[in-house]
Amino acid sequence: MVDKTLRQIAGDGLWHNNVAFVQILGLCPLLAVTSSVVNGLGLGLATLLTLVLSNVTVSAIRNLIRPDIRIPVFVLLIASIVTAIELAMNAWFHELHGILGIFIPLIVTNCSILGRAEAFASKNSIGRSFIDGLTMGLGFTVALVLLGAMRELLGAGTLFDQAHLMFGEAARTFRLTVFEDYKGFLLAILPPGAFIGLGLLIALKNVIDQRRATAPQPAATMEPATGMTGGAN
Amino acid sequence: MLFKKMLLSAALLGLFAVFGTALVAFTYEGTRERIAQNERDSLLHSLHALILPERYDNDPVADKLEVHDPVLLGNPLPQQVYRARKEGKPVALALTAVAPDGYSGDINLLIAINHDGSLAGVRITAHRETPGLGDKVDVTRSDWVQGFAGRSLINPVPEKWKVKKDGGVFDQFTGATVTPRAVVKAVHNALSYYQQHRDTLFDGGGTTAPQQEAPHGG
Repeated sequence: MVDKTLRQIAGDGLWHNNVAFVQILGLCPLLAVTSSVVNGLGLGLATLLTLVLSNVTVSAIRNLIRPDIRIPVFVLLIASIVTAIELAMNAWFHELHGILGIFIPLIVTNCSILGRAEAFASKNSIGRSFIDGLTMGLGFTVALVLLGAMRELLGAGTLFDQAHLMFGEAARTFRLTVFEDYKGFLLAILPPGAFIGLGLLIALKNVIDQRRATAPQPAATMEPATGMTGGAN
Repeated sequence: MLFKKMLLSAALLGLFAVFGTALVAFTYEGTRERIAQNERDSLLHSLHALILPERYDNDPVADKLEVHDPVLLGNPLPQQVYRARKEGKPVALALTAVAPDGYSGDINLLIAINHDGSLAGVRITAHRETPGLGDKVDVTRSDWVQGFAGRSLINPVPEKWKVKKDGGVFDQFTGATVTPRAVVKAVHNALSYYQQHRDTLFDGGGTTAPQQEAPHGG
């Protein structure tokens, strides 16, 4: 395995190998909860935390583990971490926990977490695994938030509705009513809207990649972080 | 050699099982009280929206009863009754019930009934109705559900306990009749249940010995 630089790891996680847009993993929660920005952000952050913790733990024990029992051990660790996160969310973000409901325990089944443990963390140092988990998780969170924003905007005409569930009472004012007196567009909120929205976002990413490939590149290495915000707009 | 290897693997796996269990047990212990408190708070919050805190002086969350009526309460599982009293006298109760015939399955309700049999209010606690159509039964989407306050089995008369489309007095929503119809029916059933069991629903659990209607045939 060729050693990648930290920058390449981050670029992969956020853009080139984005969990949602390129690996197309974790679609079940991705499509189900992204009916608003806050829901997307909540699940995204929970997944991010799980990815970081599981990557770091798996990396820490990678020399201890024998290949024949590595998968059960990874599953055991991930399941324990997710259960602990679920309990913590129930304690500190009770209402959000109620809304995200079954999708928090279902983070266990998000293939990207076992995937990163097996493909990356079990072969790399703790620091590098931490960066990989962090950027993969951030990439997934950004995808959830983008899709949530798109669907909330089209479906209800608002953004950041119910932000107080995550950020406390002061955040009630975060709500942006983008279209006054908007009647709502049901398709965007229903499951088909999630599929169509994800398709459009993947298409947008591909268009950006093509533009960049054809445009003369000023430097060999590109800025993954700015690339991402470019995609976000 | 092979045996030794197997034993080592098993020991490692066992070690991680212990580690994982310890992590979960530790988190559970650390969050248990807070989660119980959260659940209590959110229940109390829903109760307060229906039965004003000034009206009672007991702890309705603790003063609860489990009742069972698969037909009138819409669910084979036991339902909860939270009883509000003032100076030991029954004021109102809130009971959970299910409307089993919503557009996408069960609609969970919290129904508060004053001691005289009139409705103090109704709230939807969980549902999977279509966003933008059936979800208008939810108080955060529209004030439709407020229309139940003050109603009783005789207001309106039984044949009018229906949505307007079926000849009753309750509004339906444009494009969604199934959801309000299910809720209206469930609320009416709960009122019938209350009428049948009023004498026993407030029994026991009071801070002072309940005197009301206790001498009763059954």
